Amino acid sequence: MSLLFEGREWNFDKLKGVYDAVSEIALGDLGLDVYPNQVEVITSEQMLDAYASIGLPILYRHWSFGKSFVRDESLYRKGFQGLAYEIVINSDPCISYIMEENSMTMQTLVLAHAAFGHNHFFKNNHLFRQWTDATAILDYLTFARDFISGCEERYGIEAVERILDAAHALQLQGVNRYTRRPRRSLADELARERERRNYVETTWNPLWTTIPGGKQDTVREVELLSSENPSIEFPEENLLYFLEKNSPVLRGWEREILRIARNLAQYFYPQRQTKMMNEGCATFVHYEIMTRLHEGGKIDDGAFLEFIQAHTSVVFQPAFDDRRYNGLNPYALGFAIMRDIQRICSDPTDEDRAWFPEMAGNGDPMGTLRGIWAEYRDESFLLQFLSPKVIRDFRMISLKDEEGLPYFEVSSIHDEQGYRDIRVALARQYECARIDPEIEVTDVNLRGDRKLLLEHRVYDGQRLDQASLRATLQYVRSLWGYAVRLREVDGQTGLALSAVAETEVS
Amino acid sequence: MNIIDRRLNPKGKSLPNRQRLLRRMKAQVRKAVAQSIAGRRVTEIDADKSVSVPVEGIREPTFRKGASGNRDIVLPGNQKLTKGDRVPRPQGGGGVGRDASDSGEGEDDFTFSISREEFLDIFFEDLELPDMVKRRLTQSTASVPARAGFAISGGPQSLDVVRTLRNSVARRLALRRPTDDSIEALEALLAEAEAKGNADDVTRLTAEIALLQRRRRIIPWVDPVDVRYRRFEARPVPIAQAVMFCLMDVSGSMNEHMKDLAKRFFMLLYLFLQRRYEAVDVIFIRHTHEAKEVDEDTFFTSRETGGTVVSSALVAADGIIAERYPVDSWNIYVAQASDGDNLSLDRDRVLAAMSAKLLPACQYFAYLEVGDPPDHSWEDRQGASELWKTYESLLAPTVPLAMRRANSANEIFGVFQELFARSGVH
Repeated sequence: MSLLFEGREWNFDKLKGVYDAVSEIALGDLGLDVYPNQVEVITSEQMLDAYASIGLPILYRHWSFGKSFVRDESLYRKGFQGLAYEIVINSDPCISYIMEENSMTMQTLVLAHAAFGHNHFFKNNHLFRQWTDATAILDYLTFARDFISGCEERYGIEAVERILDAAHALQLQGVNRYTRRPRRSLADELARERERRNYVETTWNPLWTTIPGGKQDTVREVELLSSENPSIEFPEENLLYFLEKNSPVLRGWEREILRIARNLAQYFYPQRQTKMMNEGCATFVHYEIMTRLHEGGKIDDGAFLEFIQAHTSVVFQPAFDDRRYNGLNPYALGFAIMRDIQRICSDPTDEDRAWFPEMAGNGDPMGTLRGIWAEYRDESFLLQFLSPKVIRDFRMISLKDEEGLPYFEVSSIHDEQGYRDIRVALARQYECARIDPEIEVTDVNLRGDRKLLLEHRVYDGQRLDQASLRATLQYVRSLWGYAVRLREVDGQTGLALSAVAETEVS
Repeated sequence: MNIIDRRLNPKGKSLPNRQRLLRRMKAQVRKAVAQSIAGRRVTEIDADKSVSVPVEGIREPTFRKGASGNRDIVLPGNQKLTKGDRVPRPQGGGGVGRDASDSGEGEDDFTFSISREEFLDIFFEDLELPDMVKRRLTQSTASVPARAGFAISGGPQSLDVVRTLRNSVARRLALRRPTDDSIEALEALLAEAEAKGNADDVTRLTAEIALLQRRRRIIPWVDPVDVRYRRFEARPVPIAQAVMFCLMDVSGSMNEHMKDLAKRFFMLLYLFLQRRYEAVDVIFIRHTHEAKEVDEDTFFTSRETGGTVVSSALVAADGIIAERYPVDSWNIYVAQASDGDNLSLDRDRVLAAMSAKLLPACQYFAYLEVGDPPDHSWEDRQGASELWKTYESLLAPTVPLAMRRANSANEIFGVFQELFARSGVH
């Protein structure tokens, strides 16, 4: 076998050659199933741009993206933070950005990691299949950008910014967690948007503008509310959806902007739920592919050492008392568990047979992993497949943090009785539904002062952060137009917490 | 697979986001710029420098759980702890192992550097400069592109089609590139021969046509050697050297507000001169009843007591000009800031120094009379000041003297109006 490349310089021909070799291993040996790939070469400056627009190639304009750009840029310039080697977008075709500064070895690694690892995960994981529409996302982003810039022209940057600020603040509460609403094509989206605008234009009546005081929109929209939405369903967990449909003060285009923010939040929700698995899958795939390339004599020892060096820094996990510790490294954890599954399938110990009887020694690691990548998300994946060996290797402990005590108590360590406890506790740390506060719209007084009532169901005494709570409620208030009250209730009993647990913004 | 090279795509994709951010933080940025002006030297006015902006107004709040309540935390890398051990709770609120959130944290020390253009933008905004003037000041190179023949490389926008085609025609003729007509003629003959069934002719003609077509491929219609581009050269506009005298009254009656106005006044003149001259020297002369040449720090910060004798500064400036800046090789600009107090006995000496020495020597003499902020209660000066009256008597259409009263930054520009208007001729 001849080498695919030598030295660190890359060019487009080498990239093509490497892509073909990588693709042969990925699709043939590993049996991956991917969207068609589109690889885009960018500069570090463009990488910073891509960072700022949350990795999306097309995005509407907002100051918060400018802010993150400034932050990332200054961190990068001062050398506190390196840039990612790649960014990959869940779309069909799957777009991977690779940086021109990367060496040829890194480009190979990146192609294996993003164009095959992440790509396979996006295409096959059930969360992405059910909740995101990879073929339509780029069209939708274009629509969103054009719509919002149109609004900026028509209604002014400030007016649009006001809505976007509020929508961003509520994005975590703009996700449907249980039921999926019907998926619309871009044509439908455009038609709906036009319809909304037409409605406003055809029903505009100059008479209303002569009513002294108050907003003329308020009057009309309230009538709309009672005729179109005779019954609002409570409780509603999707705040943005609720406000978009039911707010008495929003105008058509403002509702559309809320919808855009909501759709984006929904698009990213699977990524939040599968971050560790997704990175683990991509890391596992690049590791397999690079190793096989080296074994097949297609890359030389120097390139392989460079790869190993990059790989180990990616999967490096400092201990919790290390200064560099910054949470569990999703790459390290995902990669370790997946390597372990590979080992269990092909070379199990007695312990593995006891813990994983259904897959121990089945001799088909890739098939097993592909099944896992398709069916699980972080939380369920940890709950099922975090093996005692990985817990031992990571030397995990579980601490109990009880409010009011001046210490944490070690509740489990990596011993026989601790494995299951640690597994459950760690899985919970990755459960989005547990990380995000559970907030619902429970009632609104439509006949009276139109006050909106929100409830936060508190579990384990984990109350909302008070400082940001008030500011966020202000945003809800500006979208709803009337007073808003948030009550924190006990998650189990549904009773109001005894402490002062109501915040009201009017 | 598809590889796309995006490196040449336009840069600054997130620039509009940055502008929105700046707009959002306008108030804070303005304040920061004002503070930064106080800390800058006159000659540093347009240096790139970062301006820290506090974080107010750009927080992004969300509903999120606070630190309260009970939870289990799983950590890696346990060395010696066993079940039941107690770990002291770390100070400062945050617990171990809580994932650092990907955004929204660490916002407190949000600083960013605004570029030279953005800084000047805000600086000019306070001064309310006319747009033309702003453009002239922001421009960083004093050169104009001028046609300079032709080049064999360049951008597509400067392709010279006529030149290129002229070369192409010459080359095609010289190398005898077969024309369309000759091939068509042969093809007609071939068709004829085929119709007649003349096998010899058909093979001969086919071979000939193939030969011609091969020639056509080898000798392209336009070859890279033909291509010519229009060449431009940056022609520098004539520049020379200038010296700028900053004269300021530092007696006790000049307060901080007045000094700030004076500083902006000097900065603006410096910016202007810097655009027009390659080298600009700045001389600081402060005076009470006697004048002294000082460095910039002393100029703006230290305070002297004493009477006010303006002529002393004028004489000092004249002395420096005679000593170091010969009029024939230096352009001399004088900027004077004062609250207008002067000893009435000094009037004749001022007039003499101005009309005999300074005014004939200098390009422009700008006098700014600074006052307290407009809303200041005890600011109710009646009539013109002593110095103002003195200078007023010198005013004539040919005299390069401009004077102006300013209570706030936006009134400063008036004193330069004529200066900038004149420079528009160039």
